[in-house]
Amino acid sequence: MEHKELICINCPMGCMLSVDIDDNGEMTVTGNNCPRGDVYARKELTNPTRIVTSIVKVTNGELPVVSVKTKEDIPKDKIDAIIDELKDISVEAPVLIGETILKDVAGTGVDVIATKNIGRV
Amino acid sequence: MNKHVSILVIGGGPAGLAAGVSAYKAGIKDVLIIERDVRLGGILNQCIHNGFGLHTFKEELTGPEYAARYISQVEELGVPYRLATIVTDLQLSDDGHTKIVTTMDEQGGLTVYEADAVILAMGCRERARGALNIPGERPAGIYTAGTAQYFVNLEGRMPGREVVILGSGDIGLIMARRMTLEGAHVKLVAELQPYSGGLKRNIVQCLDDYGIPLMLSHTVVKIHGDKRLTGVTIAEVDDKLSPIPGSEKFYECDTLLLSCGLLPENELSGQLGVNLSPVTFGAVVNESLETSVPGVFSCGNVLHVHDLVDYVSEEATAAGKHAAEYIQSGIVESAEGGSDEKVTRVITDGGVRYSVPSLLRADHMADLTTIRFRVGAVYKDVDVVTYADGRELARLHKRVMAPGEMEQLILRKSDLISEGVPSEYRITIENKAGQ
Repeated sequence: MEHKELICINCPMGCMLSVDIDDNGEMTVTGNNCPRGDVYARKELTNPTRIVTSIVKVTNGELPVVSVKTKEDIPKDKIDAIIDELKDISVEAPVLIGETILKDVAGTGVDVIATKNIGRV
Repeated sequence: MNKHVSILVIGGGPAGLAAGVSAYKAGIKDVLIIERDVRLGGILNQCIHNGFGLHTFKEELTGPEYAARYISQVEELGVPYRLATIVTDLQLSDDGHTKIVTTMDEQGGLTVYEADAVILAMGCRERARGALNIPGERPAGIYTAGTAQYFVNLEGRMPGREVVILGSGDIGLIMARRMTLEGAHVKLVAELQPYSGGLKRNIVQCLDDYGIPLMLSHTVVKIHGDKRLTGVTIAEVDDKLSPIPGSEKFYECDTLLLSCGLLPENELSGQLGVNLSPVTFGAVVNESLETSVPGVFSCGNVLHVHDLVDYVSEEATAAGKHAAEYIQSGIVESAEGGSDEKVTRVITDGGVRYSVPSLLRADHMADLTTIRFRVGAVYKDVDVVTYADGRELARLHKRVMAPGEMEQLILRKSDLISEGVPSEYRITIENKAGQ
């Protein structure tokens, strides 16, 4: 029997989750206030994922950079590779919120999209 | 010739946007939002991380995306706003009914507005080095976490490479991750208190994910460097928050980020004579989020510092609605209550630091009123208990409460006044360990 403690990050509640893992790998999650806590704990202990947010260079824009995010969550161990790919690219203004900036980033199958509008100057 | 406006909203950040939209939707089309920056959205523009909007939109948005939801409402409804315009003066007319708002901008120069109602939505400011009294040299390389966030996320510039962060407020935690992803080495986050002031999920996702140590009960006691920061001395503090002699340790760094709390920006409110709370530094407000000056409302971080923008929007929506009601009622009355009106004072003690609102006028209350509050220390397995003149109204068990997280409870008017309008509504914490 193994015991793990973790903090749920699904919402600002930050529930403290206790996970008991029996010898067959069966998990029992307690401390969650909603079903998402249960799902999170199981996922975090088997396949942790994150949304990555960063910036990408913009040419001829009202600002020199545009904020971006991965459209869906990606495996936690891909964060560094994604950041590296985003450092190497630049986009031409105007940029529209929701526009795809980079397809299939770091082989994750997930696109990176703009999270704000950047007007052209 | 002064311009007349029904409701003038000071600030075009999350609070001002939601308040303006709400007042407009409530039927007051003659609203004007005044924003000093060149774009709407306020601080959300530089908060490029996600986690906004779960409560409001049931999805996880980044700061700019959250702002865009409200900005597009402003645009679609046609709520009037002015950018790059700063309010320089806020006064009451001689009869006390009209709010005289002086603004300044690059093109038009000075403009004077006569407003029937004003919504204060100016937000807050970070505590900078000057307010922290850290001894030592005054080199370059010391920034508030928010300033660094502006440089990195809006200008694409890095403030430094070897970073120490003082204070574990949310912006500091977010910037620990951000600077790390951008290639800096974040050595540590030092926190004076024995607990973090930031949200738990930020400690998990911004520090733990990247192996950045959080040193609780530690502070910067000396700053080193002539022109550029060369390092800081960090010491452990005792339970009175005083540095423990002999615990000092030198850390080499070229950047020190400060995330040591936020202060509501109430200089304008002070000019108007609005009563301010010595605890929150925001206005004292009643159930309608109206300040001590009738027709002047307050919401968002200028009222009290929030942890979640969702609650800012919710509060500002209420303020906008109440301001519209004030205009539509046509009655000018004291926010403290008329002479024959009984006002219930909200008293907080037993570890509850403050509440918003802190005055309740039963006649003006809706069926349900949201009361927001913060606690002064970390409490585990306690009860939040409310009383009306000593009569217990509700008891809510909380597994954990922390100063960094805003709490809220919903007060049912019928419960409050079931035995007449009480003079006191008390919120306290009971069943603390050892009691």
